[in-house]
Amino acid sequence: MHKIIQQLEKKRAQAKQGGGEARIETQHAKGKLTARERIEVLLDQGSFEEWDIFVEHRCTDFGMQDKAIPGDGVVTGYGTINGRLVFIYSQDFTVFGGSLSEAHAEKICKVMDQAMKVGAPIIGISDSGGARIQEGVASLGGYAEVFQRNVLASGVVPQISLVMGPCAGGAVYSPAITDFIFMVEDSAYMFVTGPDVVKTVTHEEVSAEDLGGSTTHTSRSGVAALAFENDVQTLLMTRRFFNFLPSNNRDGPPHRSSDDSPTRTEKSLDTLIPDNPNRPYDIKEIIGKVVDEGDFFELQSNYAKNIIIGFARMQGNSVGFVANQPMVLAGCLDINASIKAARFVRFCDAFNIPIITLVDVPGFMPGTAQEYGGIIKHGAKLLYAYAECTVPKITLITRKAYGGAYDVMASKHLRGDVNLAWPSAEIAVMGPKGAVEIIFREEAKDAAAIKARTEEYREKFANPFVAGRRGYIDDVIFPRDTRKRLCRSLAMLRNKKLENPWRKHGNIPL
Amino acid sequence: MLQKILIANRGEIACRIIKTARRMGIATVAVYSDADRDARHVAETDEAVHIGDAVAAESYLNISAIIEACKQTGAQAVHPGYGFLSENASFARRLEQAGIIFIGPGADAIEAMGDKIASKLLAQKAGVNIIPGHLEVVADASEASRIAEEIGYPVMIKASAGGGGKGMRVATNRDEAKTGFARASSEALSSFGDGRIFIEKYIEQPRHIEIQIIADSHGNVVTLNERECSIQRRHQKVIEEAPSSFIDEKTRAAMSEQAVALAKAVDYQSAGTVEFIVDANRKFYFLEMNTRLQVEHAVTEMITGLDLVELMIRVAAGEKLPIKQSDVKINGWSMEARIYAENPFRNFLPSSGRLSKYQPPLESKYLRVDSGVKEGAEILMFYDPMIAKVISWGETREQAITNMQTALDQYYIRGVETNLPFVCAIMRHSRFQAGEFTTNFIAEEYPDGFSPPESGEHARINLICVMTALHYRLTNRAATVSSQVPGYGRNVETSWVVVIGQHNYQTDIEIASTEIASTKTNGQDENGKSNLSFSRINFNGQSYLVEDDWQPAQAIYSGLVNGQQIHLQIEKNGYGYDVTQAGNLKTIYVLTQRTAELNEKMPVKQHADQSRFLLSPMPGLLVSLGVKQGQTVKAGEELAVIEAMKMENSLRTDHDGVVAKVLVEAGVTLEVDQAILEFEQ
Repeated sequence: MHKIIQQLEKKRAQAKQGGGEARIETQHAKGKLTARERIEVLLDQGSFEEWDIFVEHRCTDFGMQDKAIPGDGVVTGYGTINGRLVFIYSQDFTVFGGSLSEAHAEKICKVMDQAMKVGAPIIGISDSGGARIQEGVASLGGYAEVFQRNVLASGVVPQISLVMGPCAGGAVYSPAITDFIFMVEDSAYMFVTGPDVVKTVTHEEVSAEDLGGSTTHTSRSGVAALAFENDVQTLLMTRRFFNFLPSNNRDGPPHRSSDDSPTRTEKSLDTLIPDNPNRPYDIKEIIGKVVDEGDFFELQSNYAKNIIIGFARMQGNSVGFVANQPMVLAGCLDINASIKAARFVRFCDAFNIPIITLVDVPGFMPGTAQEYGGIIKHGAKLLYAYAECTVPKITLITRKAYGGAYDVMASKHLRGDVNLAWPSAEIAVMGPKGAVEIIFREEAKDAAAIKARTEEYREKFANPFVAGRRGYIDDVIFPRDTRKRLCRSLAMLRNKKLENPWRKHGNIPL
Repeated sequence: MLQKILIANRGEIACRIIKTARRMGIATVAVYSDADRDARHVAETDEAVHIGDAVAAESYLNISAIIEACKQTGAQAVHPGYGFLSENASFARRLEQAGIIFIGPGADAIEAMGDKIASKLLAQKAGVNIIPGHLEVVADASEASRIAEEIGYPVMIKASAGGGGKGMRVATNRDEAKTGFARASSEALSSFGDGRIFIEKYIEQPRHIEIQIIADSHGNVVTLNERECSIQRRHQKVIEEAPSSFIDEKTRAAMSEQAVALAKAVDYQSAGTVEFIVDANRKFYFLEMNTRLQVEHAVTEMITGLDLVELMIRVAAGEKLPIKQSDVKINGWSMEARIYAENPFRNFLPSSGRLSKYQPPLESKYLRVDSGVKEGAEILMFYDPMIAKVISWGETREQAITNMQTALDQYYIRGVETNLPFVCAIMRHSRFQAGEFTTNFIAEEYPDGFSPPESGEHARINLICVMTALHYRLTNRAATVSSQVPGYGRNVETSWVVVIGQHNYQTDIEIASTEIASTKTNGQDENGKSNLSFSRINFNGQSYLVEDDWQPAQAIYSGLVNGQQIHLQIEKNGYGYDVTQAGNLKTIYVLTQRTAELNEKMPVKQHADQSRFLLSPMPGLLVSLGVKQGQTVKAGEELAVIEAMKMENSLRTDHDGVVAKVLVEAGVTLEVDQAILEFEQ
């Protein structure tokens, strides 16, 4: 018995050391924390329960039989963030470069399976050189086991991936399936094939940073939701983010007490919309002024900036915001914006988070780049996501809601629960100028006549009443009362029940 | 008495005049340009008339439109405020012709004082001290030394075409006068192609002190003491005060006497200001007379208890001055800080845009805030960038300064850059506090531009304690989130590390409690109750009690640390806080012990060397790019043009270099600080 305890202590100490002092120092020298240190920052102090420190790889080739380290390159277990259960795995770059062996994969699968059973979110920290090559196909099998679980967990429990080091090859597909990817600036990169292979195959010369660094994925590819300056920032922001997410698809969104009055008015919103319809304004000012304490957690803030997505709280309850941003591309919908918003809407729908949509959209982006790129298919994703969605949907049209984009942006016709408009709302097939040029084509050369017709059209359609007459909007509200009206509507919708017809799954245009 | 007056102005002064008129029971008419439809002065007036385009020449300077507005509304008189048409004699005449009273001096007085030379001669005749000098062109070096001796050393030898310090020489003796003449003359010739030289007395350590007068149409002139406006940046007044900390009773009396003499000489009526320059020996010389209400009139009102606008209206209506000279006293001390929309960290570049957040400090007996804006208002490029005037009062100068500091610390403005950090720093500057300054103060103290001073030990400790207390409270609240594991909820740590820049400060929470109190301070909820919080913080072996009623949504934190008042502006920034203390913005993190330990291991990231980049100084549209990759550029060369607020701004490089990479193309919308191109190293 005594001997066993001694052995236990020895194994524990060995597991804690990971790849040893020297490798830990190298990890620190790169500005990175170790797998265990990351867990310490991420979870509530002392809450981590580690599993499987006794697991070791089973490889006997290439001299691997002599090189076993307890835990095998990944730290797994569960703990809490603000007292809420979360399952976690954190790859340890100091052990075999964090490479994924069969045993390593099994450890990950074990916590994922358990998370599914108890309905708790999963956070995976990637810092791995890739497959354990010595194990060959067993390692590949391990990846696929993880992917399969990622897919089954999708929409059941929230999955967050923190990419805090290399994540290359097949390994990228696990984070890719999860709900949100956060990266660390300068030290994280993700790509399917690295710069060396790229050079051999396509003769392109590109650095790892340019190919798959955090800037690339947060602003060009849209793969990652956000990037942060260093490990500590990434982990602490993840803690903050976690507080917005439900634990699973059966729980409602989490509630936290709020010190912000639901009846607070914001007079300054009355002057937000400029007189000139072509002048932009910052839609984020509305979000900041209506949500609890101005606390808005924006996601994908550097990608498709013409649409804003993120979480906030209203009366202490999490809500998702989708908003056209007139400051960028006049807020029009393009391929990237549609994809960005569609995935977010589906996340909210999967996890019972109400969606507030702020609309100021002049339409879809025209042009060959968009058409060849498949704006029809990608725009349809957003339409599909909104139409399919059964959580409470509140829509506020602040200014333009033109054409097909009006329909898409959580309109009444897509089962919007509460559709509101500011007095500045213009709900029409298109802007007055464009409309007049078509309707009165024969007068096109008569500038004065066109001007008069434009005024006439503006008078007739550039207001919320035409849509109001048909019940497409429920009410016209004063901008200053926006928070009050949104809070009230959310409270009314608390017990909303709506179900889509049974089916295996729909066929969203991918 | 007048029934209705029109205010031919905008912004804070229009609002200020409306306030007095309303108190006097006089109806007001505001005028506004296209850009000012939603402006506060339009909202606050009884009637408002649109008078034209955004450009001032088409609106606030449009005499015909203003007279038309008077006729249309039946306004009997016009108050011009300051700026715009306030010192325009032909405006005064046109009003007179139209049978409308101009609330200001007569057109002749405006005209007489409008001309720099003529007004000096007039002043001299009235017995007012003028700067001794020689108004004729000096022929040669020996004449220069003769004239200099006549005037008395030191003298200023200056080129008639001079400017920017070129062609100017100070001489303190005969030899210097001779060489100074030669140098100034040749410099002026080479710089301006004009070698003409004048000589006048050089005023050492000059201070700008002015006398406020008010006169009626019955020959009564009363002086309302002085104001000191020496704190100026490039001749733009920044801080004013009344009385002056420099002059004595005798000087004040002599200055007042001359001001009255000058006013009488031009048969002055209404409020006016005689500006003097005062040297180190309290010798004063006439500068000019401003024939209008001054921006800084409020400090005079604070120490005299008079309402200058009311007096102007009364005398304009023909009433006798209701006060005698013996009624005018000096009660306490008053300071004024002008809050401008400009970026002190970027050489005071004007800033414009929407005031997305705007919360002025609360007014009281000790504080007055004159502004023409409200939250959501737009600071327009078309007009003066002044957002507001903060006017404090105290029994003593020291108290007036303290009250000003408190007010500025609580002035919350977002959306545009402001000079708040700058005025906050001046209010804490030891030379300013000691009253030891001249008009060169800003140039001397901030020769390389403004950078915020380091906060003192005491302020830092207060900050550390408050941030620990607040973070602890917010962390506890975050830990109230629903669906926790029963029995395994979050235990919030009591030991913390406050991270400010590269420094870590270890603190401990000893006790923290909250009680409901019915005090009516800023943290009150709808029932007029507030949550009073007490936290005892241990820091560096000392114990500090933090008391406040702050609530998380409040941008302004006001509390006590060991009984001493502290005001901060706090905004959440990720898991940290952006905290403004005394105008100084810092990002602060409060971390657990372990996280702080690990945070130490995080690399200090070298942000890309910004001097290698041409950055956009403002958000706007990149209209054109004048350079290509590989091109060699010279310092001062125009590289790009950015359009912001319909204004084209040219971006120039301040050093020679080679363009390594063009990062954006013409036509894109730039954010502030976005890199446009990169230079080779």
